[in-house]
Order: sequence, then C-alpha cells, then structure tokens
Amino acid sequence: MTEKIESILRKYDYRSANIIQILQDIQSLYRYLPRELLLAVSQRLKMPLNNIYSIATFYTAFSLNPRGKHLCTVCMGTACHVRGAPGVLSRLEERLKITSGATTEDKLFTLETVNCLGACALAPIVVIDGHYYGQTTVNKVDTLINTYNDEESS
Amino acid sequence: MKKAAREFRLHLYICAGTGCVANHSLEIREELFREIARCGLENDVRVAITGCNGFCERGPIVVVQPGGIFYQKITKKDIPQLVDEHLVHGRPVERLMYRQSPDAPPIPKMHDIDFFKHQSLIVFKNRSRLDPEDIKEYIRFDGYSALRKAFTKMSSEHIVSEIKTSGLRGRGGAGFPTGLKWELCRASPGKEKYIVCNGDEGDPGAFMDRSVLEADPHAVIEGMVIGAKAMGAHKGFIYVRNEYPLAVHRIQIALAQAEQHGFLGKDILGTGFDFSIHVVRGSGAFVCGEETALLASIEGRVGRPRPRPPYPVEKGLWGKPTNINNVETWANVPVIILKGAQWFSSIGTKKSKGTKIFSLVGKINNTGLVEVPMGISLREIIYDIGGGIPDGKDFKAVQTGGPSGGCIPKDLLDLPIDYESLTEAGSMMGSGGMIVLDEDTCMVDVARYFLNFTLQESCGKCPSCRLGTKQMVTILDRIIDGNGRDGDIEFLEDIGKNVKLSSLCGLGQTASNPVLTTLKYFKDEYEAHIKEKRCPALVCKALISYVIDPDACGGCTVCAKKCPSGAISGEPKKVHVIDQSKCTKCGICITVCPDKFSAVKKVSPAKTKI
Repeated sequence: MTEKIESILRKYDYRSANIIQILQDIQSLYRYLPRELLLAVSQRLKMPLNNIYSIATFYTAFSLNPRGKHLCTVCMGTACHVRGAPGVLSRLEERLKITSGATTEDKLFTLETVNCLGACALAPIVVIDGHYYGQTTVNKVDTLINTYNDEESS
Repeated sequence: MKKAAREFRLHLYICAGTGCVANHSLEIREELFREIARCGLENDVRVAITGCNGFCERGPIVVVQPGGIFYQKITKKDIPQLVDEHLVHGRPVERLMYRQSPDAPPIPKMHDIDFFKHQSLIVFKNRSRLDPEDIKEYIRFDGYSALRKAFTKMSSEHIVSEIKTSGLRGRGGAGFPTGLKWELCRASPGKEKYIVCNGDEGDPGAFMDRSVLEADPHAVIEGMVIGAKAMGAHKGFIYVRNEYPLAVHRIQIALAQAEQHGFLGKDILGTGFDFSIHVVRGSGAFVCGEETALLASIEGRVGRPRPRPPYPVEKGLWGKPTNINNVETWANVPVIILKGAQWFSSIGTKKSKGTKIFSLVGKINNTGLVEVPMGISLREIIYDIGGGIPDGKDFKAVQTGGPSGGCIPKDLLDLPIDYESLTEAGSMMGSGGMIVLDEDTCMVDVARYFLNFTLQESCGKCPSCRLGTKQMVTILDRIIDGNGRDGDIEFLEDIGKNVKLSSLCGLGQTASNPVLTTLKYFKDEYEAHIKEKRCPALVCKALISYVIDPDACGGCTVCAKKCPSGAISGEPKKVHVIDQSKCTKCGICITVCPDKFSAVKKVSPAKTKI
C-alpha cells in the first residue's frame, strides 16, 4: 500500500498544491479515500490532516466511506429531472432499501446521484459501473437491479 | 505503412461522443471492421471515429464521406446490410436514414436534415469529418494555420486587437469582451503569466464544452497557444470536469500530438516561444466554474470564490496575472485569426457577435447540440431545428442559463437570442443550456429543482446564499407538499431579491433567478398549489392521486400485478380500484395500463375517485 502511495506522490513531485490530483488518484485505486492513506499523505507532504479532510469533504467526487461492489449513479441533471429521474431514483432507493449516498448492507450496491453527465439525449440516465443505461423508467430499474442480483446469486 | 486518409474511396465516421459511446458506438465500429475485412474492403474504406455529431437523439450515428450520407440509430445488426449494400454495391440503405416521421420519405444527406440545415458552424466546423485523436486530420482542415499565421505574421498587439475588433464575448455565461480581457492581462505588470481554459461545465443540461473538447480538442489548444503568445504567458491549464473522462482522455492525446508537431512546448515553430499546457481534473464542485474558485482549485485548495477586484487578469494563479476563458471561447480564436475580425463580426447582432452553441434538451424532439448565429429566435431553435415538442404536447417554457438562468414563457418565443435580450427577460445566456419544458412540467417543481441545486452547491461562504437558498427551498418544499401559506409568494420574492443583492459571486447573485422568473411568468401555478392544493401539471406527488376510471377499466389485471406496493385490487374482467392509503404514487400503473383502456388517470387535487 505504501509503495502505491509513494508512486502517486512521486508523480506529483510531493507538492501539496497537487493534493486534489493526489486524492483523485488514490480514489481511483481504492474507490474511496481510506483514512490511513490520508494520514500517510499528510505525513509525507507535511500537510495538516484537517486541510486534506476539508478538501476531501468539499469536493463531491471524494468518498470517505468504502463503496459497494457496484456503483449505481443516477443523473439528476435538468433534462433527466423533467423526464422522470426523481421517480427512477426513488424506485432505486426503494429496491435497494438505502437512500442516495449510502451503501447496501451486503456491500453490493452504492447509490449516488450526479448533477449532469452531459448525455441528455439518453435522459433519464442510470450508470452502473460505467455502463450507461438510457431512457430508464421505474419498470426498467426493476429489471436492471434484478439482472445484477441474479448475476450475484448465480 | 499506414495509408494516408486521402487514399481511401470512402470514409465512415462513427460518432464517439459520450452519448453515442453509451449507445455502443465503439462496438459498432468493431463490427464494421469485421464486416469490411470480410468483404475485402480494408484498402478501400476507412473507418474512423469523430467527436460528438450533435444530433444525440438519433445516435449512434455513422456518416459516410464524401457525400455526407447520414445513418442514424445504428445497431450492430445493421452493419452487414450497410456494408454489403452501400459499401460494396453503392446503394445507400434507406431503412437506416433519417425520417422526420415514420411515414415520411428518408433524407439521405446530413445537410438536408432540418436539424443541421438551419445551423451555422464555426466552432463545430469539423463536426463529423475528423478523428479527434489524429492531429493530421485537424491539420488537413486548416488546423494550426491560424497559429502559424499568429506566430509568423502577427505581433502580440495585432492578435489582441484582432480579437477585440471581432467582438467575441465570453461563452461561459457573463459575456465579457474577450479581447478586452486579453488586453488587460497583457498590460498587467509581471513576467510570469498564466492562461486557463475553463472546462468546468457545471450547468446541468449543458454539454457543449464536453463536446468541443471531445470532438475538436486541437481547436481549443490552438486558441490557447495563440492567446499565450498575445499575452506573453508560458504556462496554461485546462480545467475539466471530473464527470467527463472521455474529454480528459482526448485532450491528453491532443496535447502530446501538438507537442510532437512543434505547436506546443519548447520553441514553438522555431520562434523561441515556449508554452506548455497542463490538464487539471475538477472534483465535482459546481462553484469551481466561477473563476476565482477555479483558480483556488488549481492551486490545490478548497474552491471558494473570493471578492473581485483584484480580477484574475491582475492577480490570478499564485498571485500572477491570469487570463481565463471558457472552452467555446478558446475554440473561436483560431478561426477569427484565420478569417479575420471583419468576417466574424459580420455574423450575429450588434452587441453579440458570432455563433453560440446551445444544448437543446428536455421535452424536445431533436435533443442535441446546435450552433446558431446570435440573434436567431427561440422559435427557430425549438421548432425549426429542434422539431418541436414530442407527443403533440404544448410548449410551456424554455429554461436557459442553468441554475443561474430563468424560464422564458411561450409569448417570448420570438425573442432574438443574445446576451442582452436574455438578461432583459430575467434569464441569462449562461453556458448555453436550453431545457425545453412542456405542459407536463410543473414550474414550481422546476424552480425547486434549481434552487435545491444551488443550495447543495453553495460553498457556504456568504450567509445570504447559504441560508437564503435554504429558506427558499423550505418554502418551496411546503408549497409542493400542499402546505403552502398565504404570503409565501411575497416571502419568496423578498428573500430572492436579497440573495441576489448580497452574495459575493455569480452563484449567489443569480441563485434566485429560476424562482423569480417562474414567479414572474407562472404565478398562477404557484397560486394553484397554495390556494387550491392543485398541481396543474400533475407532477407534485402530494397534490395528485392515481385513480382508475371505472368506465374505461377492462379488468385486465396488469396494473394489479405490476403494482409494487400491492395497492390495486380487483378480479379479472372486473373494475380495479387503487387503495390510496397504500399507493406510493410511483406511476407504474399508468405506464402499464394498455392503450386500449387508458383507464388509470392522474388527478389533482388528490381525490379517491375520478
């Protein structure tokens, strides 16, 4: 783990001005920002942990909690909103029994929202693990979640 | 050895913008490779990707050049026929062409389609004709000629004056004259200066900057290098939204290629001038689109705006003079330098020159990106290009300018679009998002949507923005939940005006626009919610109910089977009933009820029977 962190820090010349990019790289490796790594970064860059914490919590792309196996993102952009995204989100919350931002108990799904993906022709959009599902409806959400659940149990 | 592009008989350009890629355009490309190889046409036909075509509604899109034959909604299954008929036998496939309606005749050529016909392309000039990952293609279409001209034939003053004369204004929203900004930055004392490209396109529903970065990254780079020479900067940054991974990927490829070709980096074109560009990814904070917040973010800090003056042209990145322009603004620069300020300023209106890209989304037939001359009317954009409203519904309003903008009603449809007229109507140009709303859209809900957005994205620095938006959302929540009170409308107006007056940055200063414009043009909808507990558009859950029309119900049991909360009862062939106490108003019943019955209705105010 320290090896990986060192190579990230090296890439950014151990400069605390690059902290956002450093956190982005850590997050893309671990899908969240583990506490012990933030401590390590703080020590190596001689940067107070509270500064790092303030950045990690200000920018919505960062997560301090581990994410589930599948990341399910609902686009809440305006085009998606007027084409029914709120209904899609509440159906997902109902099916997964979590609210947006949370992870299911079995750590299978994390549900998140995003402001706009800029693919408004596909509205409303749900993205699961990087796969875009366009023109989603409450009905389609059910089928989608069933498919992922079936894959897990098989 | 790789064949030069011009040696092929036909070129197939597959749209690989985010929308089409999401619709499997890259798998379609693989299938094309396979089929073309099977027919032995590898040396005859070239398959290339392009950036966003713009007509996202009809993706995935394949354009065959020369000739500009436009194929739409392509799937992998269509490829064998397309290759066999068109590429082998020279017979374009009508089945895959665009039609205005299912029984209308096919329109083979891209430029004959209404969506494209009324557009005029400056920034999108390379739409569907070049591979953004290949610099040679960009060069083939005059790419980097403007840079060559600027570096060999023009002085820095001359470049600045050309941009000034062109009348180009910032495409990011506020519309500040670009040339003036360049002049100020150039005149700012100090040897170290920076150039920034703002690609933190945060307005929901706007995606032209993503598209430009994906489709024509070299145009942005070329613009920036010309700007660097004009202002004497040696380092530049492109700040791109984290949600746009493909744009980041393409810009990185383009930067490396530009450097290899001597258009970027050390000793550009042998003139001794150095300029380098670094990509910085945003991390999902809307406020970072504001220039001082964006600079803080590049410096590795929390993105909170600071008071101006000093403006970034005096004190920007690390306290040095910094010029920030939006992606679309930069992409306009090369063509102005190449074709001249006179040419550019001949397009548009008196105060707004050139073209503007709008993203036309929402309740519109032709969702996509459109580039039109300034001064065109909303009606032309929505009806002539956008093809009107789907399903025969009525147009209600168009929302422009994102969370900072406002809703423009039907009677202003003939408004010519430019910076001033939109501001006068209570909205703003913003980055160019145009969200079309129809009769099924509740304006109170839309206002709350935007205000919720600004509430979440407020950085928290100014109490008026942090608390004012919160208070407004609370009031809107209760109106939508059916608990609106007398005086709420006046209260909203009052807070809205104060938030505008007492916030530091653009986010707070414009946060109440969506509420104030909907109050101005759609006050009756607010009143219906408050006084009659009725949502005229049948959107707000607390004010509607789903009921089954006993005269129409055929007793097919589909709704009862599909209802996730078991709220529908009834036997086969008998009238079904919705138990309102169990109904969660998810709306599944209305979507599954067969068309021949259409027995499920939404009603407002909420009732148990029709």
